[in-house]
Amino acid sequence: MRASHTQRGFIAAMLHRLSGIALAIFLPLHFLALATALNGAHALNAFLAITRQPLIAFLEWAIVVALATHMALGLRVLAVEFFDFRERTLAALSLCLAAALAVGLIFALNLG
Amino acid sequence: MLFVAQRTTAFVLALAVAVHLATILYAVRGGLTAADILARTHGNLAFALFYGVFVIAVAIHAPIGLRNVLREWTPWRGRPLDLALLAFALMLLALGLRAVFAVYAA
Amino acid sequence: MSDVLGVDIWRGTEQGQFQAFAIPRRQHQTVLDVVTEIQREHDPSLSYRFACRVGMCGSCAMVVNGRPRWTCRTRVNDVVAGDERLRLGPLRNFRVVKDLAVEMTDFFDKWTAAHGYFEPGATPEKDFAVVPPQTKERQAADAGIECIGCGVCYSACDVVAWNEDYLGPAALNRAWTLVNDVRDRGQSARRSAVSHSNGCQACHTHMSCTRFCPKGIEPTYAIAGLKRALFGWAAR
Repeated sequence: MRASHTQRGFIAAMLHRLSGIALAIFLPLHFLALATALNGAHALNAFLAITRQPLIAFLEWAIVVALATHMALGLRVLAVEFFDFRERTLAALSLCLAAALAVGLIFALNLG
Repeated sequence: MLFVAQRTTAFVLALAVAVHLATILYAVRGGLTAADILARTHGNLAFALFYGVFVIAVAIHAPIGLRNVLREWTPWRGRPLDLALLAFALMLLALGLRAVFAVYAA
Repeated sequence: MSDVLGVDIWRGTEQGQFQAFAIPRRQHQTVLDVVTEIQREHDPSLSYRFACRVGMCGSCAMVVNGRPRWTCRTRVNDVVAGDERLRLGPLRNFRVVKDLAVEMTDFFDKWTAAHGYFEPGATPEKDFAVVPPQTKERQAADAGIECIGCGVCYSACDVVAWNEDYLGPAALNRAWTLVNDVRDRGQSARRSAVSHSNGCQACHTHMSCTRFCPKGIEPTYAIAGLKRALFGWAAR
């Protein structure tokens, strides 16, 4: 594997990029789902019932984690770029991922 | 320019997403129904304005990010790519504002 | 420690293959020692570059077991354990002239395109400029001024690999040192030269440049400086 691809900064950038792509694909679906409310609460409810299926529930959890990851790693980029943050990359990356997974855990616990 | 727009909306979204995540984590306690959502959003102007701004910021931020990814990882670039992403941005804007309206007016 | 060191060296241009050699393993060998011994004693057709041998010129940069580094400052014992082989290839992201020697022209053309040169202006000052070393600008310039253009950062950069028009960390780092040079009169042109989609905006903070720079320069932060500055420039 290429040396640059084992670097922490690269891993951070890839997680940031892949979570961003996932979110970009998800968002139109999210908007369409919410807009079912135009047909009344029962329409939205019918849609929400789908999200209780195990696979969908898992994907929902995954997209929440993706959002938290993308934000956390985005804050890292903003810190380096705009606040001249001289990061210790392993610490920064670990912190970002820990925060994102914590959000995921809270989501799973609250939902369950 | 695109870079300035993307970083600016990033700052806006940092706040908006934090609020959104906190709201979601709170709201899903014990399961989520349409009634729960709509009870909060129906007729709630502050809510609608917040999510309206959120949608606009996302409609700017996401396509610019995707543009970087596509230009670096695929042969797609130039005018055709820019036009496709503009269409994507408009779609996000339209669908997003429609969704905000849907839960406000439902 | 084994008596013999196995070495695989890239032969050819972009097309080619690795050629295997075996040479005596010695206690304090550097990778440059290895390449030189192979070229002199085994295969005179091998092409590679070096000059100073002591870590000052950067000419000997190449990819050693996957990492871009200076061969004169790389001990074999630090990169090869036990019976592992040593694998040498030309720097990535450069056109290959032959074997381990790469074409540096594009790299330096981008340096010029980024306005990585001092611009004294049409009417140079009559007297010496007073630039206290502790000023913020001078410290920012000094942090990046030791770059000798070896190309290791350019080789390590993913965005250079993905976008052939990206100016690259070395050129942008040099531009940042000049943005912070209070004597320079070419700032306006330099701003335009680095603030575009193939300039500082293309950096995604992977930080491989900073990780691999043999001189400990941190191009990531220089490029971040350019990004911050461009917001100020855009506002004006």
